This record gives sequence, structure tokens and C-alpha cells, in this order.
Amino acid sequence: MDTAIPDFFNWLFLNQSTEIIPLGDWISTIVDWVVTNFRWFFQLVRVPISQALNGIEAFLQAVPPLVFLGALGLFAWQFASRGLAIFSVLAMIFVGLIGAWPETMTTLSLVITAVVLCALVGLPLGIAAARSDRVEASIRPVLDAMQTLPAFVYLVPVVMLFGTGKVPGVIVTFIFAVPPLIRLTNIGIRQVSEETIEAAQSFGSTPRQMLWEIQMPLAMPTILAGVNQSIMLALSMVVIASLIAVEGLGQMVNRGIGRLDVGLAAVGGLGIVIMAIVLDRLTQAIGKPPKDGLSWQDRGPVGAIRTTLGKRRRVPTATP
Amino acid sequence: MSSSQPKIQIENLVKIYGKNPEHALKLFREGGNRDEILQATGNVLGVADVTLSIGEGELFVIMGLSGSGKSTLVRCLNRLIEPTSGHVYIDDEDVAKVDLKRLREVRRTKLSMVFQRFGLFPHKSVLENTEYGLKMRGIDPEERRQKALETLAIVGLHQWANYAPSALSGGMQQRVGLARALATDAPILLMDEAFSALDPLIRRGMQDELMRLQTELHRTIVFISHDIQEALKIGDRVAIMKDGYLVQVGTPEEIITNPVDDYIAAFTQDVNRAQVLKTGSIVRQTMPFILGQGSARAALQDMQTHDHRRMHVVDRQGQPVGVLMRKDLESAVDSGVEDVEAVMRRDFPTVEASTSLEEIFHLAQTGAPIAVVNRKGKFKGVVEQSDILASIGRLSRNEEADSAAPVDRIAV
Repeated sequence: MDTAIPDFFNWLFLNQSTEIIPLGDWISTIVDWVVTNFRWFFQLVRVPISQALNGIEAFLQAVPPLVFLGALGLFAWQFASRGLAIFSVLAMIFVGLIGAWPETMTTLSLVITAVVLCALVGLPLGIAAARSDRVEASIRPVLDAMQTLPAFVYLVPVVMLFGTGKVPGVIVTFIFAVPPLIRLTNIGIRQVSEETIEAAQSFGSTPRQMLWEIQMPLAMPTILAGVNQSIMLALSMVVIASLIAVEGLGQMVNRGIGRLDVGLAAVGGLGIVIMAIVLDRLTQAIGKPPKDGLSWQDRGPVGAIRTTLGKRRRVPTATP
Repeated sequence: MSSSQPKIQIENLVKIYGKNPEHALKLFREGGNRDEILQATGNVLGVADVTLSIGEGELFVIMGLSGSGKSTLVRCLNRLIEPTSGHVYIDDEDVAKVDLKRLREVRRTKLSMVFQRFGLFPHKSVLENTEYGLKMRGIDPEERRQKALETLAIVGLHQWANYAPSALSGGMQQRVGLARALATDAPILLMDEAFSALDPLIRRGMQDELMRLQTELHRTIVFISHDIQEALKIGDRVAIMKDGYLVQVGTPEEIITNPVDDYIAAFTQDVNRAQVLKTGSIVRQTMPFILGQGSARAALQDMQTHDHRRMHVVDRQGQPVGVLMRKDLESAVDSGVEDVEAVMRRDFPTVEASTSLEEIFHLAQTGAPIAVVNRKGKFKGVVEQSDILASIGRLSRNEEADSAAPVDRIAV
């Protein structure tokens, strides 16, 4: 009697020739069924992603490096600081000097496409989760799975559905990178203070006015932190994506490992790191409100031009 | 002010917090009190069967300690909190029953609210905050900007229009909150502990400013406060709540002089009575001498008949112009002077009936009788030093005698 229950579990878990719940078989069957019946759908989804990606990549590859560097510098100066502008330009010059420029542009286009896709899907989902506890509760385990499930597990079904190449690369990157954006959009909207919401309600705001006038602007720093996280995670997927024939820095690393070419792998890896640092600093700086309290017209290159034209005015610092 | 027609009528309003309010409501209707309902259902009785009528242009204060249901009650008026049962009539429309679309319309046009922690939108400038209500109403940008600037000027903040609220001090931020509420021209202003988060000195300034604004704007104001001094100072009428029930409703003077139970009496114990009581309430009505309607001799006869030592003189409009002393009059009549104006003294203190006793103490010290006038300057009577002292003494005794009668709640 004493050993009956442990014995039962020993028999149940250890002495079976086949598993009692054949989950693996089921999933194989389901995936096969989806592939045979719905591949057309996934091929259709491929089209817009592919077009966006190819467009961005063609553009980035066509732009002369000097123009790219100039644009990057001005952008960083305008939205962040002069220091970051100098750092970003120097970092990208270094990337060019180590011979990773075309690969970097390819990877950048993949990251941009994936993050835009993340924003298109993640923002509405995050807003929906913030508005309804039920949506939030049902989305949460899915997000957990997306972030923790090893990428190799869904790599194969994604290839079966989308084929190999850049588009499935964007899809796996999207799966891994979208959860923080959804989570942080949700948190950002939910953390808007009760009294602010009550104030907006008391003046008769509709839910839509509430969202665009109050919740989204106040959640924006948090949402931008989510975008920043998405970009970082997207970059960390670059090497894995190269396994399904995605070109770029990841492919350099992959090829380097395959040929035991430590140098090549290191160049690719360094390229990813430098891109990550530049993108991280840039997006973080955009998310933060400027410390000097000037409006965007009075800062950076635009401010410099306005100063020379004599149109710039300094807003006095607030001292009540 | 409170005699005009009701602007807001609250009838049998009940709010029960919790998962099963229907069951709790049934218990409440069967006579269960707050603790019994909590025990039986786990639901909290927030507002217990409040019936109340607030007049147009009235500054009505709802006073109570935290947890008394006062904030819940005011939020039931614009339905930031849904009432469990009961009616809230604003201009004869039951706001508690209207659909969401109409509710938004009511919030945009009839009610505006000021919050304890200001509730300003930190990402919008002072001007954008002020025009928010107008923006919700769909007023075009130029017009609402103009209106917002005008309203900011009323609270003295127009030069801060383009600053972020965080650049302003607490008192100034609440002025922005007030301006935002005033800008919509909503006839009803809900103020939820609007001055409680401010420093005492700033708070007093804001109270004075609100009272000043109210004499110009004549909004119907529902003001929530946990501070009895504040309630009695600014309120035309005051309602005191406890555990969700309305305990007493009345003018500040009624609450001071006639507390319905121990609870109210304890509340008003520390109150500076001289601050609450108005001169008008202790005025002694006397017959003044009307200028040009008799000689000095007639005046003296009048005084002798009534055994007065002095008598005020009013002009034909009823405004006090001087005071006659019996001694002066006697010597004047002896020496044959008949003109009253030649005898009367022209330096005498005059106060409005709405002035608090505290403010006339310094006048009473001189010993001269104080002429009391109404808002239009018409003579109402006199107050003497002894009247002031006697009234405060009498009140203290009254309170002890009345506090023996416990009354649980009162519906007005």
C-alpha cells in the first residue's frame, strides 16, 4: 500500500514504450497540415515583407557611404547630441575600414524591416493589452513562449512555410523581437496615473481622444524603450537568421565558424556589436527628453542653421 | 444664495464597492449598516442613501474624514464612479442614467473638475492644459487658444502659458487646474480636495481667491474638503459625511451653533467661532434717525423714550452717515442748536453684515458702537462690544446642552 502510488508513477513515466500524450506527433501533423493547406497564405504574406526589405536594402546599398555617414551624423546631432554624432560616424567608418560595409547595410535593412514589422504588430497589440485585462492575460504566455522558446525550434516550421532567404529571416527576428515592444507599450499605457486619466475623462474625452491625447504621449518614453529593446533583440537574431541563408553580418560569422576562420567571424561579430551600440545610443537618446529644454528647431543642425539666419531664440529657463 | 432653484439634485444615492453590489444593496435596504454589509458580503458601503439638493450659484462644501465617502459622492456626479443606485439630477436630467455618449456631452458642457493632486497633463503646456476641455468640445484652435489665455489671465498665469506644468509651483499648478476647469464655462465646478495638497499659506490664498472668483462667476461649486475650517470659511452651506452617511447639512453658522450630534460637535470644537459667525447674526436692530425728518430736539426725545445713549443717523437712502451721542444732543438742544448734522459725529466704524466677528474685534476695542450694513450699504443695526463677547460665550453653552441629542443622519 505504501509503495502503490510511487510505483504507479514509476510505471506511468518510466516503463512506457510510447508516451501517453504524443505531443510531438500532434505538432508534426499540425505543421504538415498547415504547410500543405495554407502555404499559399504564407507565400502571400511574404510579398509585402519581401518588397519592403528589398526596397530598403537596395536603397542602403545604393547610397554612397559618404552620404550615409553624413546623414547619420546629422540625424544623430539633431536628435541626440553632437558627441553621439561624432561617435556614430567614427564607429561606422571603422566598420567600413574592416571591410564589412555591404554586409552591415544588408543587416541594417533586415533589422529595420523587422523592427517596422514589430511596431506595426506590437503597438496595436500592446494598446489592446493595456485596455483589457483579459487580452493582457491571454497574450502574456504567448509572449513568454516567443521569448524563451529556442529559435531553432521554430526555425524549421518557418522555413517550411516561407522557404529560405530574407523573408523568413525577418519572420524569426520578428518573433523574437516583438514581445518587449508589446510588453512595454502595455506597461507604458497602464502606468499613466489614475488622476491624469480621471482628469481627461472628466472633460468628456472619448476613448480615442484619451489614447492619442493622453495615454500614448505619456507612454512614449516607455514605448521607445520597447523599440530599443526590439532593435537589440533583432540584432542578436542576426547570426541565427544566417542559418536559413540570410545574407549580411550574420553570414560572415556563420561562414567564419564553418571554415574555422576566427578572423572572419570576429569581423562579422564586431560589426554586429558596433551597429548595436550605435543603434542603442541613438534610440535611447531619441526617447529621452532633451535636458536643455529647447524645442527641436533650436537644437542640432537645424538650430545651427537658424542661428546663422538669425531666427533662433533661446527660451528662458523656467524659474517660478 | 442657497434659496435659489436647485441645480443639482441627488436622490437616494448609494454606492457599494465590491463584486456583488446587488446582494449588498439588498442588505442595505433591509437596514444593514456598513459593518454588517462588509461582514456578510465583503462589499464596502461607499455612499449610503444620500439625498441632497444644491442650489444654483451655491458654493456647497462636502466635508468628512478620509473614507467618509465624500470623494466617491462627488465622482458619482460626473460618473467617474458609477453609482450603484439612485439618481443625480442636473437641470432635471438624471445623469446617473444617461448613456455614455450623452454622459460625455454632459461632462463637456455642464461639469468640470479640479483634482487634489492637480491632474495636469505633464506633456502639455499650461496653455494646452487649459484649453483641453475646449478641445474635447471640438472648438477650433484659434478660438480655444483665445479663451484659454483669457482664463489664464483670470487666475493670473497668462505669462506662464507656454511653460510645462512641472516648471510651476504647487499653488500655481492648481491655478492651472482651476483655469482648465473654468475655461469650459461649465456651470458646475467639482473641486475634489482642491487645496488639500497645498501649503497652509498658499491654501488660504487660494480659498480667498476662489471666494473672490465666485462673486464674479457665480458657478455652482461642489467643494470637497476634510478641513472643517476650510469648509466653514468658504461654504455657503456645508454637508458633513461620516461612513458614507450624510450627518448634517446647513450653513456654517447652523453647524456651529446647532450641531446635530456628538460627532459634529467634536468636529467643530476646535473651530474659531469668531471666524465663522457673521456680524449679521448678532446684530441688534435699532431705529436710526433719518436725516431731515426731524430736529435735534425730536431726536433727543426719541432717545429719552427708548433710553438710548446714542443713535445712528441714516440718510434717505438708508445709509449710515453719523452717530448722535445723547450728551452732545442735550447740550446742543440747551444751547438752541436744531440742526442734527451739526451735532452728529461722523467718525464711526461701519462693517458689512457678512463680515466675520473676528474681523470686527479690533473695532470693538475702541468701545464705539459698530454700524452694520447690508451688501448695498443700508443700515441694519448695531453691534456693541458686549454683544460680541456674549455671543461667543452663549455658543459654548449651547453646544454642551445640544450635544445630548444623538441624531444618526439627516436628509435634506
